[in-house]
Amino acid sequence: MKLRLLLFLALPALTAICFAKANGAWLQKVPAADRNRVDPYLGQPEAIAAGQNLFHENCAECHGANAKGKGSRPCLRSERIKGATDGDLAWLLKNGEVYKGMPRWAGLPEDERWQIIAYIRSLNTPTSEGCQ
Amino acid sequence: MHDSPVSQRPWFEVVAVVLLLMVFDPCVHAQEKPYFVTYSHDLEEPGNLEIESQNIVAAPKNANAFFAPTVEFEYGVTAWWTAEAYLQGQTTANDSTVLTGFRFENRIRPLPREYLINPVLYLEYEDVNLADKSFLEVTGHDTVTTIQVPNATLRKEVEHSVEGKLILSGNGKGFNFAGNIIAEKDVNEAESWEFGYALGASRPLALKASSHRCTFCRQNIAAGAELFGGLGDRYSFGLKQTAQYVGPTVALNAPNGFTYKFSPELGLDTNAARVLWRFGVSYEIPQIFDWFRRSK
Repeated sequence: MKLRLLLFLALPALTAICFAKANGAWLQKVPAADRNRVDPYLGQPEAIAAGQNLFHENCAECHGANAKGKGSRPCLRSERIKGATDGDLAWLLKNGEVYKGMPRWAGLPEDERWQIIAYIRSLNTPTSEGCQ
Repeated sequence: MHDSPVSQRPWFEVVAVVLLLMVFDPCVHAQEKPYFVTYSHDLEEPGNLEIESQNIVAAPKNANAFFAPTVEFEYGVTAWWTAEAYLQGQTTANDSTVLTGFRFENRIRPLPREYLINPVLYLEYEDVNLADKSFLEVTGHDTVTTIQVPNATLRKEVEHSVEGKLILSGNGKGFNFAGNIIAEKDVNEAESWEFGYALGASRPLALKASSHRCTFCRQNIAAGAELFGGLGDRYSFGLKQTAQYVGPTVALNAPNGFTYKFSPELGLDTNAARVLWRFGVSYEIPQIFDWFRRSK
């Protein structure tokens, strides 16, 4: 009986965890030291091109080939991304937001993660297309 | 003596599926470490299904040469939980071809962030007969002498085992270091807990991606080494009467979603086979359930 009750309570909790949507709460968790880091490849065309390849190999399947999001998976041309520092994005790529569905990408070398951030930054200039 | 063709068909079907998938180019980087036995803390990305064919060829002294394929289906249930199913078999020269069994496993990362050392909890159920030659791990007093026994005798005894692993792994300066502690028990027999270990280290040949898309770029190749073996059982813990292996290992993560791995593993003692030649190919299908949904 206790086991059934436990299952009854655990299943909705597990479902909520599995299908939780990104809401940007992760930004509150980034330590100050990480937040202040600056992308060493920012604005470098070679790095942006490499980041674009990496994005298409690793990120596009969830965030879309044009980074405009897919279903419940967020658009990366948003005000939230524009407002985040390089360090915020680096922290998110390394640690993920695992209970909201964003995996960790710490398996990619740090330089490759910075190259991806350089590419995402290139999509978020004042003149670039938004999420719509 | 050969088994009926039915027992061989799963391998044929899996090869057909893999060949079919080669037509597609979904641009998924498998991000695979070059390990065969050691687990790192990398989990499958949520929603992705990886199909891997992991094969082993050996010609041990005083025993018939064998080829043992394992097909592995790995699914990312969530970003912190990966589930896997294995189907195993082997064919031995001058003997027979047999399906040796299946395994189900789960890997869970209990901590939400990336640390210097990251623990992963691993739980597995095995239904494998003694003819298994997959060497997915070495535990207890597993030695090469078992390989000398004919398949017809070995396959009669089926082990229903539970296995736990504590995976400790971390990344630093482009390197990955991973260590696994293994504990296994046959739940049907009055056997004691058996132990084993696996250690691995690896690094991509380049840490920066190049600006053009390429297959054989250095960043797509990872090299490393693995050391693994048995640690005896509860009553005779240690390296005595166990098999130990060490070997270099290399992986090519092709940008079309395929990963190719190769490793010659050398036996370090008389209880081990002289060389186990391993090769594997895996393919990652991204967001498999999106195939059944309408696009946005």
